[in-house]
Amino acid sequence: MDNKPKKPTPSIKQNHGRHQDPVERRKNFDEVAQGFTLEDALTESARCLNCKNKPCENACPVNVKVPQFVDLLYKEQFGEAASKIYETSLFPAICGRVCPQEKYCEAACVLKDKFGPVSIGRLERFTADYVREHNMVTPPPCAPDTGFKVACVGSGPSSLAVAAELRKLGHAVTVFEALHEFGGVLSYGIPTFRLPRVVVRSEVAMLRKMGVRFLKNVMIGKSITIDELKKDFDMIYIGSGAGLPSPMGAPGEDLVGVYSSNEFLTRVNLMEAFKFPATDTPYYIGRKVVVVGGGNTAMDSARCAQRLGPDNVTLLYRRTREEMPARGEEVENAMEEGIKFEFLTAPLELEGDEKGRLKRVKCIRMQLGEPDASGRRKPVPVKGSEFYIEADSLVVAIGQSPNPVIQQTTKGLAVDKHGCITAEETTGKTSLDGIYAGGDVVRGGATVLLAMKDGKAAAKAIHERLMSGVKA
Amino acid sequence: MKHDIYSTEGLYKIVEKTDISSTISRHVIYAPLIAAKAKAGHFVILRAKEGGERIPVTLVDWSPENGTITVIIQAIGKSTVQINSFKTGDSFSDVAGPLGTPVEIKKWGTVMGVGGGVGIAELYPIAKAYREAGNRIISVLGARNKDLLILEKEMESISDKVIVTTDDGSAGKKGLVTDAMKELYAAGEKIDAIFTIGPIPMMKFVALTSLPHKTPTFASLNPVMLDGTGMCGGCRVEIGGKPKFACVDGPMFDAHQTNFDQLMKRTAAYREHEKQSLENYQKDHQCRIGLH
Repeated sequence: MDNKPKKPTPSIKQNHGRHQDPVERRKNFDEVAQGFTLEDALTESARCLNCKNKPCENACPVNVKVPQFVDLLYKEQFGEAASKIYETSLFPAICGRVCPQEKYCEAACVLKDKFGPVSIGRLERFTADYVREHNMVTPPPCAPDTGFKVACVGSGPSSLAVAAELRKLGHAVTVFEALHEFGGVLSYGIPTFRLPRVVVRSEVAMLRKMGVRFLKNVMIGKSITIDELKKDFDMIYIGSGAGLPSPMGAPGEDLVGVYSSNEFLTRVNLMEAFKFPATDTPYYIGRKVVVVGGGNTAMDSARCAQRLGPDNVTLLYRRTREEMPARGEEVENAMEEGIKFEFLTAPLELEGDEKGRLKRVKCIRMQLGEPDASGRRKPVPVKGSEFYIEADSLVVAIGQSPNPVIQQTTKGLAVDKHGCITAEETTGKTSLDGIYAGGDVVRGGATVLLAMKDGKAAAKAIHERLMSGVKA
Repeated sequence: MKHDIYSTEGLYKIVEKTDISSTISRHVIYAPLIAAKAKAGHFVILRAKEGGERIPVTLVDWSPENGTITVIIQAIGKSTVQINSFKTGDSFSDVAGPLGTPVEIKKWGTVMGVGGGVGIAELYPIAKAYREAGNRIISVLGARNKDLLILEKEMESISDKVIVTTDDGSAGKKGLVTDAMKELYAAGEKIDAIFTIGPIPMMKFVALTSLPHKTPTFASLNPVMLDGTGMCGGCRVEIGGKPKFACVDGPMFDAHQTNFDQLMKRTAAYREHEKQSLENYQKDHQCRIGLH
């Protein structure tokens, strides 16, 4: 197979991959997007033209060596294909699933306009799943121990990227996680039907094999402070994410049945409440569910709720579909699964019964006015258009900001007006010497891929700093 | 002995488990990082097993020397029944902490501690810390009956005065903790601060009893909690008309500013689920016993 000749067949139509049937999938938490078969993968990889200037690789936030891994995959050298990806990104099974490739590598593919781009994301996922399922995962080699110790705060995508890069360079890395499961937002936030738990666990297991130490149940800022950590570690990376829910500020938000998306998703995903009473954490949604928001978290919340089997799930968004920040594919998935969208609609007030349980939501219709600071047209209430939607539960998914605990307990750590840690984009350097930060705790709610990109950049800066010989 | 607080060796093992009453047990757990960092008022989150729920419980005691923490659990729902069926040598799946904001320890003068039921266990470290800070301690301990009255001896050892009340009169005076409080106020006792931990209705009435006397009063709130790290907002409580997260801002709050009625409603959110879960567990348990 090593000498299998490469015959680019770009004119074969792009294979977008199969999806679980919408009628079936709204009843289960199994993965919606299904992986390529071996045959699919080989046919799709044969479409790659192996362009010399590698537009795909350059468009990737973590610079995955796309043409090279696709070529190895085509030659059925699966282990080698995976190792090629590991050279710049240790998490292909995650990225292959949650990265919006249509904005990065696939947008840059020269085949895009004529035949459709090579399905790079699907191929990346196939490679990672294949080596995992065939026990062929070979962790990348690590440099000899340098004797330096680095602490990563949080175990989400950003911290994992830092841990991977610094361990490869020979540093001793300890990852601290406040919850009982590693992965941060990959475990508590993103539902299993988009990212199965086994994928996250196996990526963490690989880092463990490389010698990264993982400590769960330790909340930095409460269990132990950054200042205390500084005594035991040479450098610290803060990748604690954006875990603070934003309330709507509407009357009645304290009624039983009103959840932040963080609570709802954590119950369902992390605590596996969808298996209750086989698991011990319950959920309460009743027969009628309302979700407020227009981002990916709102889509995840609505789609999780739908899978719990209520009579209906209604999503309220104050602008139109065009302004929705959620990925187009996720909106389509949600619509296919039967979620009702009420655009140009905002909740005004939540009303409950005598037991303090939510009963109905008073809403108002909106219309789009002048563009606001974000450049999107500002929604303006339409006078006299109030109406009611009956609801037993409501999920508020209108944004997250960083948990303030670390900022409050670390003297001198500069923070912006949104509570985000101030850090240099190219290095992750904060206002405190020896302390770096990146991902959502700096960006305030961005994407998995940008978090990983920040992690890689900070790892480089931390390594250079450690090897410079100047003590923090 | 010096314990490596970053080691995972032997974590969460129950070094010693003792039953205090038919439903209440004391667990001494190996968790050196928590033991090294704990202060009065801190809590931990326990998870008995994989798939288990996260149970917040205030620390009763800790020993940095032994690397251990002590919690006292009353078996009420499935998880707590399961936890109290553990034996010495068993391990928890997870113990996270220390979490929450510790109580500010200072010299008030005379501090009254009002504990109800298993809340007495959580009152103990706070009363102890105030005693060590030079305060005079009056402890008012309430329980439904003698069997549910715990830590009487320990509280006596750190208090200048102890008053016990039970609903049925099987120990101490028959009556409520608030009756004892009223008697103390009537007798002219000067009380500079009150700390109360117990059932929500009890804490509500402790606050109402101390309000006319303007005694600063603090209650340890126990809302439904999920992550315990300020992430979900499920434990939000209304303090002085503003939402606060019990997990990171508390659990101890100004009792006179606390909306106890709302807390009571929110705490009842999963009562049906809790009942179902316990019934299933007990059915399984009995079936297995029946097979022998």
